[in-house]
Amino acid sequence: MNYLLLIYTNEQHYASMSQEALGTLNQEYGEFTKGLVQSGKFKAADRLKPTTTASTVRVRNGKTATTDGPFAETREQLGGYYLVDAKDLDEAIAIAARIPSARDGSVEVRPVWSMS
Amino acid sequence: MVDELTLPFDEIFRREAAQVLATLIRLLGDFDLAEEARQEAYAAALNQWPANGIPDRPAAWLISAGRYRIVDRLRRDQVFRSRIVPREIVGLAEPPASEVGEDFFGDDRLRLIFTCCHPALNAEARVALTLREVCGLSTPAVARAFLVAEDTMAQRLVRAKKKIREARIPYETPEPAALDQRIEGVLNVVYSVFTEGYAATAGDRLIDVELCAEAERLGALIDALLPDRAAVLGLNALMLLHDARRAARVSAQGELVLLEDQDRRLFDGAKIAAGLNLVERALSLPQRVSSYTVQAAIAALHVRAASSAETDWPQIVGLYEVLLRLEPTPVVELNHAVALSMVEGPARALDLLDSLAARGTLDRYHLLHAARGRFLSELGRCGEAREAYRAALSTASLDPERRFLTLRLEALGD
Repeated sequence: MNYLLLIYTNEQHYASMSQEALGTLNQEYGEFTKGLVQSGKFKAADRLKPTTTASTVRVRNGKTATTDGPFAETREQLGGYYLVDAKDLDEAIAIAARIPSARDGSVEVRPVWSMS
Repeated sequence: MVDELTLPFDEIFRREAAQVLATLIRLLGDFDLAEEARQEAYAAALNQWPANGIPDRPAAWLISAGRYRIVDRLRRDQVFRSRIVPREIVGLAEPPASEVGEDFFGDDRLRLIFTCCHPALNAEARVALTLREVCGLSTPAVARAFLVAEDTMAQRLVRAKKKIREARIPYETPEPAALDQRIEGVLNVVYSVFTEGYAATAGDRLIDVELCAEAERLGALIDALLPDRAAVLGLNALMLLHDARRAARVSAQGELVLLEDQDRRLFDGAKIAAGLNLVERALSLPQRVSSYTVQAAIAALHVRAASSAETDWPQIVGLYEVLLRLEPTPVVELNHAVALSMVEGPARALDLLDSLAARGTLDRYHLLHAARGRFLSELGRCGEAREAYRAALSTASLDPERRFLTLRLEALGD
């Protein structure tokens, strides 16, 4: 079954990290992703630009309303995701726990509807 | 054919219910299907046993009968066929005969326990599912135990089972690497069943004997399935040693009796002996010390003392310090301070409680206010003591506790 692992981190914390610390983190992500691909459980992954670049769209009564944001009112923001194919929730949780940002942020594990 | 013909069928059903369900869930891969299969199996047994006699192994018989009927129905049922992947139907239809055998029974009971106590379920759901599916309590009985409406509890159970299915929480005993942490989670569920029984959080009764007994049975089952685990032994010891004082904790009038005033002749000697034996076994195992074992050791020192005055308070304080390192929570800090008052007097303990109270995390916890009230009155600071007891009264929810606090206030001339 596919699980979407949503990575929530504190954007400001990441923005204020030193080049060196960012380099280490990138390397950790690279190694984690490589291992995941090799295990055959990797489906997709992306890192998102910060919420300052985000727009929110709603359609009400046929009118499209676009607003800036979401504003970073919560402590952690969605910063990226992995889509993985795991045999059950325990395997998905074990993969989520190895995502480098799980150490300072949090990872939401969501089963994906199967459309077959 | 066993000589059980005199045994009423429903007694056999009750005895085998949890095992039958546990194995059917593995074979059918779904809680609800397994429950339906069990009902079908009971119906089949009522049909066949009166004529053919009770089979040698009733659980295995019920499992086979239930599985057969459900698989048969799934095969014929077009609606189900279109919803379930064919591969899964094939798997359901042909389990190796050995997998229905008793060799797998213990493993299936454990799978059921670990699934019901899975950390991905919320704490209330874990306790409710465990009581319903592992202990076999009816939904109304589980609802009564937690003083919620029956349909609220039914919804809670449905939601939990839906999450197990939709998120695919595995029906498995965890991998060795995760096992210790997961056992800790299971034990927390067992202990919350016990504490709900031993110190009910609402209502007019102080002790729900049935819930305590369920928790103790569950603890013994886990010990049988996962032997020689220090944390399991520690928890079972703790429950026995607490429960040994049950008769002395509440007076004939239903009033709360403090440990120092409890009549030690009412303590249950057999439970104490069994509990002490388990504490020793837990401590002799070469494993990390569990907080349950430390709490059991504290309870052991209490029940072994001839009176409150003769209790080995310095050792109890020492054990609370160990516990604080394992489990640094405000409630443990409170208990440590109370024990310390017996060694160093109320002034030092009050200092600790004042700094604890200043952090505000236990504002709604009546026992913090009650302990402050007691130390303040021992120090002759009656005005402040009254204030503390009033704060305790405003946060206590159990009637006997409220009556106890009212008495204290009256004694202070309120």
